[in-house]
Amino acid sequence: MSLKKKSNIELIKNGMFGENTIFRMAISLCPSIAVTNGMKNGVALGISVVFVQTMVNMTISLMRKFIHPKIRIPIFMLVIAGYVTIIDLLMATYARPIYKEIGLYIQIIVAFASIFARAEVYASKNKVFSSACDGFGMGVGFLLAMIVISFFRELLGKGTLFGYPIVSGSPLLIMILPAGGFLAVGLLMGFFNWIDMRFFGGKGASGV
Amino acid sequence: MATEAKAHELIVSVSPHVRGNETVSRIMWTVNLSLLPAFLMSVYYFGPLAAFVTGLCILSAVLSEHIYQTSLKKKSTIGDGSAFLTGLLLGLNLPPSVPFYIPIIGSVIAIVITKLLFGGLGYNVFNPALIGRAFLLISFPKLMTIWSEPTAQFVAMDAKTTATPLGILKEEGLAKLIEIFGDKTDLYISLLMGNRAGSLGETSVIALLIGAALLLYRGYITWHIPVSFIATVGVMAWAFGGQGGLFTGDPLIHLLSGGLILGAFFMATDYVTCPSIRKGQIIFGIGCGAITMMIRLKGGFPEGVMFAILLMNCFAPLIDRGVKSNMFGAVKVKKEQKK
Repeated sequence: MSLKKKSNIELIKNGMFGENTIFRMAISLCPSIAVTNGMKNGVALGISVVFVQTMVNMTISLMRKFIHPKIRIPIFMLVIAGYVTIIDLLMATYARPIYKEIGLYIQIIVAFASIFARAEVYASKNKVFSSACDGFGMGVGFLLAMIVISFFRELLGKGTLFGYPIVSGSPLLIMILPAGGFLAVGLLMGFFNWIDMRFFGGKGASGV
Repeated sequence: MATEAKAHELIVSVSPHVRGNETVSRIMWTVNLSLLPAFLMSVYYFGPLAAFVTGLCILSAVLSEHIYQTSLKKKSTIGDGSAFLTGLLLGLNLPPSVPFYIPIIGSVIAIVITKLLFGGLGYNVFNPALIGRAFLLISFPKLMTIWSEPTAQFVAMDAKTTATPLGILKEEGLAKLIEIFGDKTDLYISLLMGNRAGSLGETSVIALLIGAALLLYRGYITWHIPVSFIATVGVMAWAFGGQGGLFTGDPLIHLLSGGLILGAFFMATDYVTCPSIRKGQIIFGIGCGAITMMIRLKGGFPEGVMFAILLMNCFAPLIDRGVKSNMFGAVKVKKEQKK
């Protein structure tokens, strides 16, 4: 991926903005549409991903010298599944109401492309601390994306934020349905591409 | 052709070399004109509110196109009449008594998201007016299904609300529908004239047919899509719409009610979003009709024309590719038979 060595701060920044999971890489879109109909759910899933991503990157990085390249995929899978089980059981115990709504998507973190990709691309080739930074940055990038998407979807679709009423009047019901999810993700992706092209001289998603 | 060539210069240009005098804006304004009878009938039956809703749709559609294009420093294309047409079609597809913000939201969605973000006229995948309406129907399911009873008095401010004929047919059956309208002939005449509850422009079948005849006469639309669409709906209503088993249904009610005529002649035939090959257009029409009747008879909504056209819009490029005819002079290579 990056030939030039990046500092840890740069790694975190890269995960948050440069290679933002949803808005720049356009992966892990399934949960970003399914879960973001409320901010509470979006934030809960985002925090879970931050945890899993950081821990997986650390673990893979620690084990990178012992993993045989031919069976690395199943091993990544097992490590990810281990951490997902931890967060799954923790949420089932301590955050019962949220777990009832998004439990399925917590378990589906196992199959997130972004976590898998970072383990393969970065953690299996780099030192422990920088891998952790990379994972943390990626996770936070995902969390930010979830916050932004669910903010607009909940505000427009229900007129509430975290369940508290903000605006009155008839909301745009479509925004909390899956169709609204696609609409929100697409428009926000275009918006962030525009910002990147306009103010930072980027080339947009097609130029990455 | 605008470049003035001197006598000794050779002009090299791509075909076509001979052009007719039909332009996009001419076609669009003719379609607008052909919708005038339906608009007048809607004002006649639903009062000045109908003109207000439709006018607001047109205004916000044209304005949003103009603002979007000027803010991006592009040439404003509102003169070609396509934004006007989108607004008009959206307005004719709305119930009479919607609050003022609904036409505005619908027009902005239709113009900006469905048309301009995809690249403007000619690049949109879906019919803009129908996407606008689908967005509104899903967002405001209550407000979008309040149907006023037609009054035919110009100043009736307290119109009663009622259900559309298809709604009654779905909830209470054919017998109840006939009872409401008197007898069967009255029912057909009311449906034909447009004296029934429904979206503004869809009610008057006669007015719509007059407009459609103009388009057919000018050759702006061909019979392929409307006829295959309407025939499929009729056959399916006859075959599956009856209570007493197969082939006992009443096709006329299904043909005359709902948005079928408006959809089949004015929206399914949108050049951009329908197949361009005749054979494909017939497949397109049959698909629209089949999906319409599936939704009407078995689905959750009483009316399915809108979703049917939108679903078939997705398939238009695929249909075009599938029915592509052989190029002139191409030789078909025979496959060797295995023995």
